[in-house]
Amino acid sequence: MDRNSGKIKQGFGCQNAAAPITRIAQALPPMPLSTHGKRNIMIVEIGHFALLLALMTSIIQATLPLYGAHRQDRALMQLASVCGVASLILVTLAFSSLIYAFVTDDFSVKLVVGSSQLAKPLIYKITGVWANHEGSMLLWVLILVIFAAAISLFGVNLPSPLKARVLAVQGMIATAFLAFLVFTSNPFEILAVVPPDGNGMNPLLQDPGLAVHPPCLYMGYVGFSVAFSFAVAALIEGKVDATWARWVRPWVLIAWCFLTLGITLGSFWAYYILGWGGWWFWDPVENVSLMPWLAGTALLHSALVVERRHALVSWTILLAILTFSLSLIGTFVVRSGVLTSVHSFATDPARGSFILLIISLATGGALLLYALRIPTVRQGAPFAAISRESSLLLNNVLLVVATATVFIGTFYPLLIDLIGKDKISIGAPYYNRTFIPLFIPLLIAMVIGPFLKWKRDDLWPALQKLKSPLVVALIVAFVVAVFSFGNKILSASAIGLSVWIVAGSFWVLAKRAKLGSVPAAQSMAILKSTPRAYFGLLFAHVGLGLVVGAIATVTTWQQENILAMKQGDQTTISSYGIKLNKIEQVPGPNYTAERGTFELSSAGNVFTVLIAERRFYPLQQSLSNQTGIRTNLISNIYIALGEADANGAWTVRIYYHPMAPWLWIGGFIMAFGGFISLSDRRFRVGAHA
Amino acid sequence: MKRLIIFLFLIIMESPSFAVLPNEILKNPELETRARSISQNLRCLVCQNQSIDDSDASLAKDLRVIVRERLTAGDSDEQVFNYVVARYGNFVLLQPPVQSDTMILWAAPFILMVVALGLAINYLRKQPTMDEET
Repeated sequence: MDRNSGKIKQGFGCQNAAAPITRIAQALPPMPLSTHGKRNIMIVEIGHFALLLALMTSIIQATLPLYGAHRQDRALMQLASVCGVASLILVTLAFSSLIYAFVTDDFSVKLVVGSSQLAKPLIYKITGVWANHEGSMLLWVLILVIFAAAISLFGVNLPSPLKARVLAVQGMIATAFLAFLVFTSNPFEILAVVPPDGNGMNPLLQDPGLAVHPPCLYMGYVGFSVAFSFAVAALIEGKVDATWARWVRPWVLIAWCFLTLGITLGSFWAYYILGWGGWWFWDPVENVSLMPWLAGTALLHSALVVERRHALVSWTILLAILTFSLSLIGTFVVRSGVLTSVHSFATDPARGSFILLIISLATGGALLLYALRIPTVRQGAPFAAISRESSLLLNNVLLVVATATVFIGTFYPLLIDLIGKDKISIGAPYYNRTFIPLFIPLLIAMVIGPFLKWKRDDLWPALQKLKSPLVVALIVAFVVAVFSFGNKILSASAIGLSVWIVAGSFWVLAKRAKLGSVPAAQSMAILKSTPRAYFGLLFAHVGLGLVVGAIATVTTWQQENILAMKQGDQTTISSYGIKLNKIEQVPGPNYTAERGTFELSSAGNVFTVLIAERRFYPLQQSLSNQTGIRTNLISNIYIALGEADANGAWTVRIYYHPMAPWLWIGGFIMAFGGFISLSDRRFRVGAHA
Repeated sequence: MKRLIIFLFLIIMESPSFAVLPNEILKNPELETRARSISQNLRCLVCQNQSIDDSDASLAKDLRVIVRERLTAGDSDEQVFNYVVARYGNFVLLQPPVQSDTMILWAAPFILMVVALGLAINYLRKQPTMDEET
């Protein structure tokens, strides 16, 4: 708290220091003057002003340090860090004042009217700040300047020219986004007439999941901007070395961890709010978050090769550029509505063209620089066709093709629409036939890779080491196949694959610790001295294996029971009995709910009560679901309440989802693995050496 | 005018319900299973990539009922798809058909796979020999 208020004070200080800038600010088009002295309109104006100042500091950050690095001028290079910190203070100030406007229901601000209302609970007034286009862009910029300030403050051991250039590129991105905000999506736009109440927020978004999902996703997207900036800075300098990779990799890891968390949370949010038990839809909005994740995963692995062996250098640079481009696409596609219809893109031509401009300048500019400068980058160290490097190269090939597949599937309908002959849709059946076959080799290979030696190895001895996990996986697949009477061969294979990944990943550590072949105490000693990166690998791979197993199990063995129930009616699902006890009307802060209370019993004994609600928001005239979910960490019982028919019976959808919890627990374990890897000694040493 | 407003209000109020409703489910379980698998491959026209099986929009409900009517009338799965496509176009199919303008779509992932592998192998071959380096 103290630190925050300190920043705000400093922010006020900046206002006086940069007096000439006010004139520029006044010359900007949408700067409506408030005609009323109601509420604390000053705070909103200060926020707006801070945003304009941040644009100025970002422009300085994007230009002068670059010149300074060229001229070896220390003062100009130092300016980058100063601007980075100043931008952070200013954007924090802007963001806080927007939160203030939302929390105090300042309906003179257009954005507050558009996505808030008096009766909304406080937490959703705060999350409402980023539940709209303008506010979410401001959040994006806030995270961007946090990352830039972190480089300024913690990158003490970076060579000054590299640091200045990295921060300058960050400044360019910040400039683009701040200009986009200020000129086309001003969150601080003021209304001449203040309405008594706001229009409220989409009820689907009034959920605790939404408080954390977008910030996590943005942490991921924006995190990749650091890799991008390092890549562009390296191209400007024309040299990439192992230390470069060691500086970049923690940032890629942070971004990857948060993106993993964000996607996992988003999937869970869809699962429990949409009311029919789905958790992944191959919806364009999901796809655009999956693409940077896939590319980022590839980047994570190729950066490892640069760091350890100084190979795949130019490819890694290219991948860093592409990953951030996909993050930009992800950021913009969600809000612009371009994928729902080509035509909605044109509803706001200014925004549309600005978005295209940012994406093409960032991608095109970086690629041009890449084409010009990459010949000067020293070629990497050679490695044999069978080696750890090759396995990571294969990982990259498969992940990049998977990314391209999702990209094609997402944007192809748009292309067909533009040609104008037909309109097509691309859904799950397409990805099941393209993405999944491409992903399976990756899942098989990811276990073998860690057993290969760097530089040169033989495949056969490496496979010999993996005999035990392979036998376990085959036995499990066989048992599942027999128990499903040979009807579910595909599912049994998928479960076998999942076991292969989980067991094979644990085997990395078991082999390293020479488990079984030396005394247990010695194994423990080896484990204790094992770098944390090994545990990171273990958790991240095991998490993915669990997700694979959960997908196979839940899609094969889920059960559903859709029926009309009156109060007192009973039904069953799996081995559980379910009784609709009562349905009652319950008032909420800004909605009224029909609340169904269900009794769950096992062998006649009631063991829990589940509540499922249907909430009606009168302001928006719309409904949302609060499904009732009971989990024992092995399976979920999922109940959603529908509407009543003329006979006074309610539609009830009941699902039994075996292994479903592991879809998300697996995702969290993956992210956890990333965080463990991040704490590896070599990064900490790298940061202070 | 007042009636119109009430009517519109009822439409708004009525629309959000659920995917497959109990009264839509066919008595014949075999037909219902077919209806469900067909529904999972048909797109709700007003939603973002949701199948009519999952969607709660009233338009999706209408399509679900049509699918079941056709099945009850004795149509094969293919006839049902053709019936719906004839009325709503290829847009309604979640699995795009293989035709001249979707060849690239279906072939691209596998062509890219071959190209990417080729590039990777080329990279390996063009490396300086390992002995030079050591």
